[in-house]
Amino acid sequence: MGDIHMSSLYAILPELYLGVMALFLLMVAAFKCKTVCNAMLSGTLFTLFGTAFFLWPHLEAKGLLAFNGMFAVNGFIAFSQLLILAAVALVVLISSGWLKEDDGKPSEFLVLMLLSTLGMLLMVSAADLLSLYLALEMSSLALYVLASFARDNAKSSEAGLKYFVLGALASGMMLFGISLVYGFAGTTGFSALATLFSAHEAVSKGVIVGLVLIIIGFCFKVSAAPFHMWTPDVYEGAPTPVTAFFATAPKVAAFALLARLLLQPFGALLDQWQQVILFVSVASMIVGALAAIMQTNIKRLLAYSSIGHAGFMLMGLAAGNAAGVQALLIYLALYIFMSAGAFGCVLLMRRNGQYVEDIKELAGLAQTNPRNAFIMAVFMFSMAGIPPLAGFFGKLYVILAAVGAGLTWLAVIAVITSVISGFYYIKIVKIMYFDEPAKPFDADAPFLLRAGIAIAAAVTLLFFLIPTPLVTQAQVAAEALLK
Amino acid sequence: MLTALILMPLLGAALIMLFAQGENERSANEARYIALFTTCITFFASLYAWIGFTPGTADFQFVEKHEWFAGLNIGYTLGIDGISLFMVLLTTFLMPICILCSWESITHRVRAFMVSFLILESMVVGVFCALDVVVFYLFFEGMLIPMYLIIGIWGGKQRIYAAYKFFLYTFAGSVLFLVAILYLYHAFGTTSIPDLIKAAPGLPLSVQKWLWLAMLASFAVKVPMWPVHTWLPDAHVQAPTAGSVILAGILLKMGAYGFLRFSLPMLPEASHVFAPLIFGLSVIAVIYTSLVALMQTDMKKLIAYSSVAHMGFVTIGIFAFNMQGIEGAIVQMISHGLVSGALFLCVGVVYDRLHTREIARYGGVVNVMPKYAAIFMFFTLAAVGLPSTSGFVGEFLVLLGAFKANTWVAFLATTGVVLGAAYMLWLYRRVVFGEIVHDDVRTMKEMSAREMTFFVPIVLLVLWIGIYPKPYFHAMDASVAELVKQSMPEGKR
Repeated sequence: MGDIHMSSLYAILPELYLGVMALFLLMVAAFKCKTVCNAMLSGTLFTLFGTAFFLWPHLEAKGLLAFNGMFAVNGFIAFSQLLILAAVALVVLISSGWLKEDDGKPSEFLVLMLLSTLGMLLMVSAADLLSLYLALEMSSLALYVLASFARDNAKSSEAGLKYFVLGALASGMMLFGISLVYGFAGTTGFSALATLFSAHEAVSKGVIVGLVLIIIGFCFKVSAAPFHMWTPDVYEGAPTPVTAFFATAPKVAAFALLARLLLQPFGALLDQWQQVILFVSVASMIVGALAAIMQTNIKRLLAYSSIGHAGFMLMGLAAGNAAGVQALLIYLALYIFMSAGAFGCVLLMRRNGQYVEDIKELAGLAQTNPRNAFIMAVFMFSMAGIPPLAGFFGKLYVILAAVGAGLTWLAVIAVITSVISGFYYIKIVKIMYFDEPAKPFDADAPFLLRAGIAIAAAVTLLFFLIPTPLVTQAQVAAEALLK
Repeated sequence: MLTALILMPLLGAALIMLFAQGENERSANEARYIALFTTCITFFASLYAWIGFTPGTADFQFVEKHEWFAGLNIGYTLGIDGISLFMVLLTTFLMPICILCSWESITHRVRAFMVSFLILESMVVGVFCALDVVVFYLFFEGMLIPMYLIIGIWGGKQRIYAAYKFFLYTFAGSVLFLVAILYLYHAFGTTSIPDLIKAAPGLPLSVQKWLWLAMLASFAVKVPMWPVHTWLPDAHVQAPTAGSVILAGILLKMGAYGFLRFSLPMLPEASHVFAPLIFGLSVIAVIYTSLVALMQTDMKKLIAYSSVAHMGFVTIGIFAFNMQGIEGAIVQMISHGLVSGALFLCVGVVYDRLHTREIARYGGVVNVMPKYAAIFMFFTLAAVGLPSTSGFVGEFLVLLGAFKANTWVAFLATTGVVLGAAYMLWLYRRVVFGEIVHDDVRTMKEMSAREMTFFVPIVLLVLWIGIYPKPYFHAMDASVAELVKQSMPEGKR
């Protein structure tokens, strides 16, 4: 043990900055802006950009451990953390309009988001099963509160409760798994576990049971089937900006952490966990494709679609090599833009100041508001994986990784489910473009919301022109994880 | 050069979006003129490619190569040879005609229509120019978006069903192709088509078979071959006239082109193993769909089924693995693109007047529209394959090639020619000849100058290919000879 080294402080400088700013903004919220004001919004964005600024040098960092092996810094971690920050920033942009409605929502919303983000950043950089668990709980607690943020709305309260109960169950399982791993392996440090497992041919059954329980806990977090039951209800019940948040940032965090966990400490046990991940991946893709077809609520539909996407991302993980991790990161990066953008479009579905969520309300949008219809269509085609939109390249990379790892059968299942899910994505396009117009939506939309959607749409539409920066950076990150 | 061909229509689409604002008659006209102008310029640019094309070599020409995906060996590579040159020309030739024929028949959301069409053109040209499988796939799939919108927004009563069916059939076929592409990339570390043509035939037969079947799934849907042709009658009938012309004229060619570009040279052994399968399916397509066409009461549906039959000839020719068969298939593709496109235009002309496609609602049209009757007669005979029209050159060569490969296939396919004559001439008789039974037929006006404009160039081209096809063969000979060599399995080379 001993005193804290300066290098440790340097390692968590971004997190430190984010934490201090979040607390500062909490004070502002408590004493200055009870409801969301411009200062709070710009303060939040400033915090996120500042954190990204401090994180930037970490992209090049040689692997380094802080606080006696509790946290790690390397290119992979920094890349995932930047993705999380990008997702949060996008969500803040698209929620700005909603936050300022009805004389403004309470400012604590933004603080809770920042605190949850802090938890996610710590989660991704955890290098010990204990710090992993603590960080995960930190981010989850804030998410539970956010889910039930619209307190006077029964559905939102229900969403919060459901998320809390099921999330607590998942956390419990994970903790049980961690204790099993500790009991049978005698350590919780990632690097110690890695040395242990690569040294011994056979591992005890207890470790494997523990590992499976930990994976199950993560499957809850990334809403992968068959642990997805909470997703549609929570996505539907929570306020739309919160749903957008759930669909993006926590997923990146959970996937990045899962990748680190499976490939570093448990990397030697590939044969053991690969089967589990394969099963979950196939199940998610099938559930995501089939269950979404009958949905009439756009948020529920997007919930099932996110389950399907989780299946695709797990496919990259199942490959278990650098190409797979690179594919996972690329998919995640493109997914946050598509998903946040799509939820931004849902926030535009407003009539006389009231939000509507039925898919039928989109009817004839192409005639009443061609621009919004076009942007929504871009997101839908991209999620369906039609080139040259960004979603296709995410799929290209994960399928390539799967084929490269000898999992051609998985690739075939994946493309078949993507055809089935193509049906409901083009159904939305059909409703917007082919059906007779319903009453038009409110034309006015706040600037920041439009800016957020525009950024997401630009990335989705034009990614194919300049793919190199993201692809190269993801490759560097993947190699940093697996060296 | 080729990039310019791809970008020009996109530029036109951007111009329409920027300058033709609002939904009114003025902006609609601006959109029409911009679209016509762009497609004409693109056509002339592609003619320039033909002039600059050096015949007598099988190498790809006008090659462009740029880095695209760092880390993966996927490049933005374009180039054309004697086979793709004519596909590109066919595309750019039919596009201005499509714009002209939808001048008056498309009246709502004109800007969106023109933008979709221009994007479609750029995608199709891209498919034929691509020398990298991923680039090919990108255009091949990307084309689904505008076509889905064209059928769904401007189509007939059942348009939504047809649009779904078109989209899902094609999408389902092509995703398996994607897996095959990625398998090839995994095996050889490249997606460049010329490199894969060199390397892929070395694969063991068991692997080749699977890859070949995955590619078949994609191309068979596109061609379309029996029994996955059922999307075509729906899509053709429901699409607006210009959409049908593009579907029949160009999109169907992509499947056949895929066989020529991928299946034959990359997987020659598997192609030979499965040739009997293709022959069987094609013969069924030729005979069965011809019989189905005989029974149709809807003009467009009849021509749609005839397309399936004609494309059956194309696949027979391709899998004959000899010069005559493959060259015949290519000429048949061009000829079918022109003739069936023109037949859809003929249907469009009378549809614009009476707003029905039912054969029984017409009759005696020759009395009020003599010029139309003459033009329709010309294309009917071209579809039947009358000597001195392009249809004859294509069908004759295909049958010649097929006869060398398999006498029975040639025999059975020839019965299809007879049936073809039956349903086409019978259609013509019922629509054009006879007494006028329905009064509204009397009110039909003769074709306008605009309508004549788009038929004349097609007539000339069909005659040119029919009477003096040498310039075409001259340009494609070397490429086809090379392809025949490549498609021989290792042992026989």
